[in-house]
Amino acid sequence: MLTTALLVTVMVNGESVQRFVEPRLSLADFLRRDLGLTGTHLGCEMGACGACLVSLNGSAVHSCLMLAVQADGLSVDTIEGLAESGFISDLQTAFHERNAMQCGFCTSGMLIAARECLAHGGVPSREEIRDALSGNYCRCTGYQSIVDAIETVAIARAEKEVGGPV
Amino acid sequence: MKCRGFRYCRVLTVEEAVESFVSCEGEARFLAGGQSLLPALNLRLSAPDLLIDISRVEGLRGITLEGSDLRIGALTRHVEVLHSPLVAEYAPLLARAARFVAHPAIRNLGTFGGSLALADPASEFPACVLALNAQIEIAGLSGRRRVAADDYFLGLYETALEPGEILTAVYIPAGRTWQRVCFDELSRRRGDYALAGLAAQATFRDGGEVLTALRLVFCALGSKPMRAQAAEAALLNTKVDAVAIEAAQHALSQDLSPDEAEDLSSAARLHLARVLLGRVAHALREGAC
Repeated sequence: MLTTALLVTVMVNGESVQRFVEPRLSLADFLRRDLGLTGTHLGCEMGACGACLVSLNGSAVHSCLMLAVQADGLSVDTIEGLAESGFISDLQTAFHERNAMQCGFCTSGMLIAARECLAHGGVPSREEIRDALSGNYCRCTGYQSIVDAIETVAIARAEKEVGGPV
Repeated sequence: MKCRGFRYCRVLTVEEAVESFVSCEGEARFLAGGQSLLPALNLRLSAPDLLIDISRVEGLRGITLEGSDLRIGALTRHVEVLHSPLVAEYAPLLARAARFVAHPAIRNLGTFGGSLALADPASEFPACVLALNAQIEIAGLSGRRRVAADDYFLGLYETALEPGEILTAVYIPAGRTWQRVCFDELSRRRGDYALAGLAAQATFRDGGEVLTALRLVFCALGSKPMRAQAAEAALLNTKVDAVAIEAAQHALSQDLSPDEAEDLSSAARLHLARVLLGRVAHALREGAC
């Protein structure tokens, strides 16, 4: 069933984007297909694997469990935007150094979950980090190195905080 | 999979939402957080003709103290319930249960009212709302009404909501008469659907030793949240010692008779419920929830 396309305006990675979209188009497909932002990955399309996480008005959400029309007037940051902004460069470096990715399919979702986990400051326990990643599947690493990488960043950020601005 | 096509409208008032629903010629569904509806659409378990987006309706969001009740607006997100100071003070059971609700990203969008409107028998909040003796506010064509949680959950995904009605808020008695609360759950992995969950509120006297009031509600062990009154009776007026806990675990077969599930026998599910009851009763006694 084809239905009338609707005009939506979404702030994507800091840039206002206007497009006509079919109501059934998911935010994930909108980002990937209409905007070419393929860093957001689609795995299960049912909110189980976490590969499609994006940041919506600052909170991690599944872009497969949201319609593009629902994002009208809201602000979405994808892995492309977050990477370019430099806000997660320490996480990216730590993932690289600790080999916290192999095939890389889960990595963009992992980074967005990790960013949210560390957003409130402090050093979460390994248990809390695992809890924060409970909705993200990785079929390669066994998670250990991912938890290591996030923990390393948490500690480094906390030390920087204590040291104060340079 | 991708969902089937549908029409979409966004409404800004409850009246508009109800009007859109009743004037729809095909099947209409309300869309709030969408964290259960969207998977159902993507799996094509549901294929409505019209989605009515109520997520921006005014006045349905937020947690406030109203007289002697804590009011939780239907569109309040799970994450807001988890971190609310008012919930922590007046309905701590919900804050404890919220940690068990799915994963962080789902909690960022999923709504409290949506969970109660769907009434998935494995969900945590329906069991809590029943344990809390809450009132559910429902709006429809003929105005608003309130239904006690005891009369709200009717069966598998079946509630007192009539077609076209919207759950607008939940009112929880905030008298702080319950001294101890506990929520615990057994699941295969963190955030998975519960194999067994238990919401409990208790009051003790004699220096906190003798249990004088108790509500126990299980989730994932029946077609709806299940109050366990035989187990409650076995624990009442005891010091919740090993003998009383064993009696309550034994009595649980009068409260629950779970069907055989895909991969768990009826006996195994009852066993899990008994294990959980033991843990929760112990935690209530020790005040260590």
